[in-house]
Amino acid sequence: MPLVEFHSVVCLLGTFPALAGVDLQVEPLDVLLLEGPNGAGKTTLLRLMAGLIPPHSGEARVFGVDLFKDRRSARHRLALVGHETYCYDDLTVMENLQFTFKASALTGTGISEVLERTGLGALAAVRHAHLSAGQRRRLALANALVRDPELLLLDEPHAGLDEEGRACLHEIISSAPSEGRTVVLASHELELSRQLASREVRVQSGTIVDCARENL
Amino acid sequence: MRLWREASLVAGKDLRIEARSRIALGQILPFGIIVVILFAFALDPDSGLLTRVAPGLFWVTVLLAALLAVGRAFAVEEKSNARDGLRLTGLDGSAVFLGKMAAIAAELLFLEILLGTAVVILYGVEVNGLLVLLAAAPAATLGIASTGTLYGVLAAGLRSRETLLPLLLLPVLAPVLLGATRAFEGGLEGAPSDAWPWVGLLWIFATFYTAFGVLAFGTLWEND
Repeated sequence: MPLVEFHSVVCLLGTFPALAGVDLQVEPLDVLLLEGPNGAGKTTLLRLMAGLIPPHSGEARVFGVDLFKDRRSARHRLALVGHETYCYDDLTVMENLQFTFKASALTGTGISEVLERTGLGALAAVRHAHLSAGQRRRLALANALVRDPELLLLDEPHAGLDEEGRACLHEIISSAPSEGRTVVLASHELELSRQLASREVRVQSGTIVDCARENL
Repeated sequence: MRLWREASLVAGKDLRIEARSRIALGQILPFGIIVVILFAFALDPDSGLLTRVAPGLFWVTVLLAALLAVGRAFAVEEKSNARDGLRLTGLDGSAVFLGKMAAIAAELLFLEILLGTAVVILYGVEVNGLLVLLAAAPAATLGIASTGTLYGVLAAGLRSRETLLPLLLLPVLAPVLLGATRAFEGGLEGAPSDAWPWVGLLWIFATFYTAFGVLAFGTLWEND
């Protein structure tokens, strides 16, 4: 069963149709690259998958859950790395991750492993407000990974990352299928992203215009 | 059980942020103290006017401070779009409401203790019915916190939220101001027995808005 099933999905931001009839399926363990110009609807598509915004019409299912009826249920199984970190300025890196971990009702020892993996171990006691832009991007990534999501949604994940950060991001994306994780990423860093993606679709003017490039 | 666990997690997070940022301690509390002192200067202490109006002044000051606390509770969610992060965790909207309400109530109770002490010292009022005060203050505080949390999420995300919040909230809180003032009049210089109906009214208001918030907050929280 596809993790994401969109048929003729229209999504309005105010009265503007940010998505104007999207047909898209994301299969388990896909690494799907969304590419397209600014304002094409990539971010809206990711936010819709995450259940943060409602669809207007069409058919939209994530993990089999109809987004018209329930936008909350699927969130336990996915994570989104957006343009912002979704973290609190006055909490430390560790406190932010602990809050996400506890709020997501998870158990286990995921935090230290994620800190290690994202290279944030030495910054665990540093407040979010005191992190550099690149460190914040890593924290956003860590904040998503700490939930051990089945579906990882990444919106411009390369932005602001240095070489080390990019290597870390690439390791996370490339090892996702072997960890049972499906990835959907929107990026303008096409050369880098195409090395990682198993499928690529082009988004333009709120629709999917090209699904041809598969198994890159 | 899960609801309370999630609510305590949100409340703990908000209180930790406030303790760390010191906005409540460094700005809201001094604001309240300054208002109390200004009233003491503005009104003639010798005429006994201050002791008569002390309950009203106290609760007006608490209301004004509550506006700051409510605004702050939702402002922390706007920075770095933490609100979306909170929504993505899948936390129940009712738990977020109860958590935020509890944190605001805790901050206000702390403020009331210090402000109350200042009022007793500066205005020279006597406490006749401590039990009335101890029953009325938590009820009024819960009423303010629950209503503030509900209207705070309505105003959050709007460009004009700083001006809209007082316009929305203050008229709704008029019964709390009235009830709390009357209850405190009885508990301070008046007859404590006269205060109990007002205490009852305050608890009814707090219960109604808490229940309403638990039911309605989730929808408002999801639809920004």
